[in-house]
Amino acid sequence: MSKERASFEFTQALRTEADKIIAKYPKGRQMSAVLPVLDLVQRHNGGWVTTEMVSAVAEYLDMAPIRVYEVATFYTMINLEPVGETLVEVCTTTPCWLRGCDEIVQACEETLGIGLGETGADGKFTLREVECLGACVNAPVVRINDDYYEDLDLHRTRAVLELISRGAIPPPGSQTGRKTSAPASGPTTLSARAGSF
Amino acid sequence: MLTVTIDGVEVEVEAGATVLQACEQAGKEIPRFCYHDRLNIAGNCRMCLVEMENSPKPIASCAMPIGDGMVIHTNTPQVRKAREGVMEFLLINHPLDCPICDQGGECDLQDQAMAYGLDHSRYRENKRAVKDKDLGPLVKTVMTRCIHCTRCIRFATEIAGVEELGALGRGEHMEISNYIERALTSELSGNIIDLCPVGALTSKPYAFTARSWELNTTETIDAHDAVGSNIRVDSRGRSVLRVLPRLHEDVNEEWLSDKARFANDGLRRQRLDRPYIRCDGRLQPSTWDDAFSAIADRLKATNGDRIAAIAGDMACAESMIALKDLMTALGSPHVDCRQDGAKLETEVRASYLFNTTIAGIEDADACLLIGTNPRWEAALVNARLRKRYLAGGFRILSVGPELDLTIPVETLGGGPDALAALADGSLSSSAVLSNVERPMLILGQGALARFDGSAILGAARCIAERCNMVQDGWNGFNVLHTAAARVAGLDLGMVPEQGGRDVSGILEGAGNGDLDAVFLLGADEINTSDLGDAFVIYLGHHGDAGANRADVVLPGAAYVEKNATWVNTEGRAQLGQRAVFPPGDAREDWAVVRALSEVVGHTLPYDDLASVRARLAEIAPLLGSPDEIGPATWGAFGTDGAMNSDPFASPVSDFYMTNAICRASETMAACSAQILGAGPRDTGTHG
Repeated sequence: MSKERASFEFTQALRTEADKIIAKYPKGRQMSAVLPVLDLVQRHNGGWVTTEMVSAVAEYLDMAPIRVYEVATFYTMINLEPVGETLVEVCTTTPCWLRGCDEIVQACEETLGIGLGETGADGKFTLREVECLGACVNAPVVRINDDYYEDLDLHRTRAVLELISRGAIPPPGSQTGRKTSAPASGPTTLSARAGSF
Repeated sequence: MLTVTIDGVEVEVEAGATVLQACEQAGKEIPRFCYHDRLNIAGNCRMCLVEMENSPKPIASCAMPIGDGMVIHTNTPQVRKAREGVMEFLLINHPLDCPICDQGGECDLQDQAMAYGLDHSRYRENKRAVKDKDLGPLVKTVMTRCIHCTRCIRFATEIAGVEELGALGRGEHMEISNYIERALTSELSGNIIDLCPVGALTSKPYAFTARSWELNTTETIDAHDAVGSNIRVDSRGRSVLRVLPRLHEDVNEEWLSDKARFANDGLRRQRLDRPYIRCDGRLQPSTWDDAFSAIADRLKATNGDRIAAIAGDMACAESMIALKDLMTALGSPHVDCRQDGAKLETEVRASYLFNTTIAGIEDADACLLIGTNPRWEAALVNARLRKRYLAGGFRILSVGPELDLTIPVETLGGGPDALAALADGSLSSSAVLSNVERPMLILGQGALARFDGSAILGAARCIAERCNMVQDGWNGFNVLHTAAARVAGLDLGMVPEQGGRDVSGILEGAGNGDLDAVFLLGADEINTSDLGDAFVIYLGHHGDAGANRADVVLPGAAYVEKNATWVNTEGRAQLGQRAVFPPGDAREDWAVVRALSEVVGHTLPYDDLASVRARLAEIAPLLGSPDEIGPATWGAFGTDGAMNSDPFASPVSDFYMTNAICRASETMAACSAQILGAGPRDTGTHG
C-alpha cells in the first residue's frame, strides 16, 4: 500500500513465473507477454505497479519502457496508483446505466463510505467506475477483484459488499440465481421434458 | 500496374500504393494530418476520407490499398460532409488560440479548417486540457493543441530510432508523452516540430520570435557537418531566426540535424564585427586599412617560405582558393585544410570521398565502420544507415569505440589490430563483407587523424579491394568527413606543396621559430598555444580560439552570410546563398583575401564572384557543376606502414559543440548540458 518508489528487480520466483508466460509465445516474441507479465508483477505488489516496475518489465521483455507504459496506461486493469485490498469496479456504460447502475453506485458509496475513485482510510476498499465489462446481458455488473457480480440492484449490492467486508466471498455470477446468462424469466426453449411427445 | 478511376479520370497506379497516393497521382489534393509519406501509416486522423464505389461508408484513403478497377470520388457532397464531421471533432478539443500559437500561419489544421471547418462551434461542454510535457531544450510543447496524429511517435521510433515518445491513456484521455520527463536523446528531434501538423510541438528557441509571413526565406546549404544538408534560412532584418530543412532526396531527404537547425543563435553572439590589432598584448578595435597595413608591413618583410596558412572546418571553397592563390603568390608551400591532421591524400579523388553516396547506402548489403560514430559525425548519414537496416538484410560491423547508432552494430575491435586482421582476411567476420554483393565501409576522421593515419588509409583500401567493394558501378569505399570545408579543400589542393608543411609541421615550425607568420582561415580547432611567437592573422566570424591568439583579426562571414560553394562528403558541390549580411564591418571571406592581396602587392586576378567561381571550376571542374556527382576513379593510395595499436576515437566528443558557431550558441550549450549530461559550465557566478 505504501507509495514508496523503491527500485525494483524481478525476484527468482517472479522470474520463474514470467519465464513460463514468455514460453507460451514464439521465440523472439517475448514482447507479446507484456500484459500477463504486468499482471503478474501487479499481483505480486498488492494490486498496483510503480514506474520502476514498468521499467523492470520493459527490461525483462527487452522493449522500450514507453511501450510498456503505453500498455499500462491503456488498460484500466493495470493500476498505476495504490489500491485497497478489495477493488470494486462499477460498470456505468450504457447497458448497465439503462439497467440502473446509478443505484449500484449509490449502494457502493453508502456501504463502503467512499466515493468513486476513492480508497478508504483503512485501505480495505477502492471504489471506481469502469467502462463496459462485457457482461451486458446480466447488467448491471460490478467487478470485485477478479469476480463479476451480476444482475445487481440496491439490496443485492449491499448484501454482497457487506459479506465481503466481513471477510467472506459471496458466490460470483448472477445474484438472482439464474444460470450464467440464461433468460431472466426462465428457459424459453427446450423446456419440454424428454419423452413427453 | 493497376487502373483506377479517380473523379472520372483513369490513372495507372503501381500495385501496393494506397488510394491517397493514387489520388495525388491524379492531381487531387487529399487533406491529411496523420499520413506522412516517410512514416508508417497510422490511419487515425480520418481527414483523408474519400468515397469508394461499392463501399457503404467513406474510406480512409491513406490506409486503403489500391485495387484494380476501383472507382474513387474525392469531391462529392458526401466526402465533403464526412471531412467536415471529422474536422468538427478535431476542433472540439483544440483550443482557439491561434493568435498566440507559433504555428499560426503555417498550420495544417488552420489551413484545412478554412476548407472544412464550421464557422462556429456547436460544442457546449468544457474543452479538455492536457499538461505540457518536457521534451528538453529544443521542443516546446502545448499538448492541449495535440490532435493525436502520432507523427512524432512514429518519427522518434522509426526514423530517429529513439523509442521515447508514446501515447499514454486511451480515448479522450490519450496524451502524447515521454516516459520519464527528460529531454529527447536524439540528434534529429527538431524534425518532430516540422512534422507536427498543429502547434503542439514548436521550436523552443524560436518561441514567440516571429510570424512566418514576416520572414525572408533563403534557400542555402548547411555547413555544420559534411553532409551538406539543404536548408532554408528564415531571417528578419540582420538576424537568422530559424533554420528549416529543404527537400533533397539524395542528401538529407526532408530531415535536418538539431545542430544545423538550432545553432543559429550562435550567429548572433561572439561575432567579430570589426578588425582588431593586437597592441600591448591586447586586441584593440581597428579599421580595415590599419589591419591590412599591419599585415602588409609584416608579410612584406617576411620570406614567402616562412609564411603558412591553415583553413578551418567551415571555410567555403571561394575563400580557400583565394587564400591558396595568395599563398602561392607569396611563395609559400605551407597550406593545409586538414586542421585535425587527417592523413588524407589528394592524388586519387576516390580516396577522400563518400563514393557510395548517401542515397547509395540504401543499395548496400553490409557496412564496416572504421573509427567513426556516424550518429554524431553526420546524423543524417546515420539516419540513412538506419533506414537501410530497417529494410532488412543489412549488417553493420565496426572497428572503433562502442557505438549506439540506434541499430545493432557488431564491434570487432577497438583499433588497428582488428583492421589488420580484416585486411589479411584472418578475421572470420570479414566473410560478412566479402560474401555479399555490395559491401561498403565508412572510414572516419577518428581513424585518419593520427600519426599512422596513412597506414590506416592503406589498410582500409586493402579491405575495400579484398572484399570486392570496388566493382563496376559500385564503390563501397567511403570517407566520412566532419568538416564542411574538407572536400572542397582537397579538391582545390589546399594541402602542402612539394616541401611544404602540413598542419602539425606548421604548428611545429611556428613554435620553434621556423615560420614567422601563420594565416588562419577560421581555424579554431587547432592547439593555438603551439603557435609560439608567430605573427597570426585570423580571418573568421567568431571570437573563438583562433581569434583569441591572433595578432590581427579580420572579420569574415559565417556560412549563411555569403554566397559560397560547399562540397559535401560525397563530393557534391552545392551553392549556398547569402541569407543575411555579415555584422558590422565583416565581409565575405574571399573578398577580404582579395583586398589583402592588393595591399601585400600580389593582387589576385579576380574581383567578382563569377570570376572566383570560374577559377574554382578551372582547378576542380566539378565545383562548377552544382549538385552533380561524378564517379571518382580508383587508384592506389595510403601506405603499407605499421599501425599503432591505440584504439580509434571519434573526433566528435560532444555532438552539440563542434565548431565556433555551436560554441557561441546558448541553445547548443543547453543541449550539451541537458541531453548529454555534460553539466552546465561554470559561469563565474554559479553556486
